[in-house]
Amino acid sequence: MTSSAMPPVSPVPEPQAAVDAAPGTGPVGTLLTECPPVAATTGPMIAIDNVSKWYGDFQVLTNCTTSVTKGEVVVVCGPSGSGKSTLIKCVNALEPFQKGQITVDGTKIADKKTNLPKLRSRVGMVFQHFELFPHLSITDNLSLAQRKVLGRGKAEAEAKGLALLERVGLKAHAHKFPGQLSGGQQQRVAIARALAMNPIVMLFDEPTSALDPEMVGEVLDVMVELAREGMTMMVVTHEMGFARKVANRVIFMDKGEIVEDAQKEEFFGSPRSERAQTFLSRILSH
Amino acid sequence: MFSNFDFSVILNSWRYLFFDGMAFTLTLTALAAVGGVVLGTLIAMMRLSGLPVLPQVAKAYVNFMRSLPLVLVIFWFYFLVPYIGQWIIGAERPIQVGAFSSSLITFTLFEAAYFSEIMRAGIQSIPKGQSAAASALGLTYWQSMGNVILPQAFRNMLPVLLTQTIVLFQDTSLVYVLSITDFLGAASKVAQRDGRLVEMYLFAAVVYFAVCFIASLLVRRLQRRVAIIR
Ligand SMILES: Nc1ncnc2c1ncn2[C@@H]1O[C@H](COP(=O)(O)OP(=O)(O)OP(=O)(O)O)[C@@H](O)[C@H]1O
Ligand SMILES: [Mg+2]
Repeated sequence: MTSSAMPPVSPVPEPQAAVDAAPGTGPVGTLLTECPPVAATTGPMIAIDNVSKWYGDFQVLTNCTTSVTKGEVVVVCGPSGSGKSTLIKCVNALEPFQKGQITVDGTKIADKKTNLPKLRSRVGMVFQHFELFPHLSITDNLSLAQRKVLGRGKAEAEAKGLALLERVGLKAHAHKFPGQLSGGQQQRVAIARALAMNPIVMLFDEPTSALDPEMVGEVLDVMVELAREGMTMMVVTHEMGFARKVANRVIFMDKGEIVEDAQKEEFFGSPRSERAQTFLSRILSH
Repeated sequence: MFSNFDFSVILNSWRYLFFDGMAFTLTLTALAAVGGVVLGTLIAMMRLSGLPVLPQVAKAYVNFMRSLPLVLVIFWFYFLVPYIGQWIIGAERPIQVGAFSSSLITFTLFEAAYFSEIMRAGIQSIPKGQSAAASALGLTYWQSMGNVILPQAFRNMLPVLLTQTIVLFQDTSLVYVLSITDFLGAASKVAQRDGRLVEMYLFAAVVYFAVCFIASLLVRRLQRRVAIIR
């Protein structure tokens, strides 16, 4: 541990209750059409334990330790190149890491016996550049993995996709192709596509930073709604408005290290590290 | 200048030229193209797999095939394989490999080297984020390849694949060295029988040119229609 900024990780943290609505009590027609299946473990949803990662000689992550409890929304921020994307990609094993341990809902992801495709199917991920499949219609984008991975029938998968599309306000676009939608619309489809798999946790990697300013709001609205419905979320973003509104905790990274890991009020009140203070004043000033 | 040419030889033999000769040429081209694209795609996937050994094997195969003259491969396959087969299974006589299957296998193996380079470029042209997104949704490597990467790579590369198929169509004329009755083989048989070499070879050239020219035009049209909206 390089700084005193890191709070101790309690082995069984209490679920955070700072969101407006408890899970499953949202209004009719919520983004979460059914309660996600959760294994009967008592540990955190995501536990990142002392993770280090190297690209050749270059160390991208240095002893990162943190956890995300069920229902918690954790925002990850930090300067460009600080390792935010790398850390979040390690969580669903899109990137391998050399040292430490990550556990998702009780499953050790670096364990050779872990069925990674199965694990990933339960962890939703939203990318900076949407990554919809351009050769497939919106409907097919939404149903492909439902059918191939979860084994749902065509009708069931399409109905589920359509219901989620309606929730993100894009039902009328089901027959179109991704290239025919605006960036904001594509990102909402991407969120719906991830939700169609009934994920137990959602990862977001700068979901709004590739968008024109006027489209940021529509995507954030969907994410806020999702957070309020009780989805467990780990969100890399510089949208501090979003963090203030729905985050429980904020993690600040710099040079591959978790420098700050604090409750939202604490983080915005008085970030203890100088680096976090400099970063905050820079991004909040515009 | 054509005053002492006799083009009636074409009228008298066109059924033979097209129904025997051209039919063989087109069948061989189509089957070898399909086989070559399938095998070439597998070789491209081996090459890009990042696994030990497989990429080197794929690369060696492609380089080997591309550094041999096609005529030699056709000869080698047709004349040597029966003996190699005999030696392998310990038969008393060279095993029979028909001219058609021999040339089909030759062209498939040979063209696969070229198609694999096209498919490799096609796969590499798909942004990394696409396979990341497919993996993140829980798709396995083969599911991601089959449903996300290859359909896009194939569509991006379709014009190039078809252009290579036009080259293959021309190359199939080399099977005439095995005295197979492909289009050129049929033309040359008629030419020798009737002593009308110039007329027949001129006609064959015109037909090859017309087929390739029209096919190229169609490919260019198709190119505009299959482009994926991004
Ligand atoms: N495949 C790679 N090979 C080598 N170095 C890499 C690779 N991917 C990322 N890096 C390096 O690792 C560091 C962390 O990258 P990462 O993408 O995680 O940063 P980030 O915090 O997400 O930055 P940004 O805000 O720009 O997205 C950077 O210095 C980057 O150059
Ligand atoms: Mg990043």
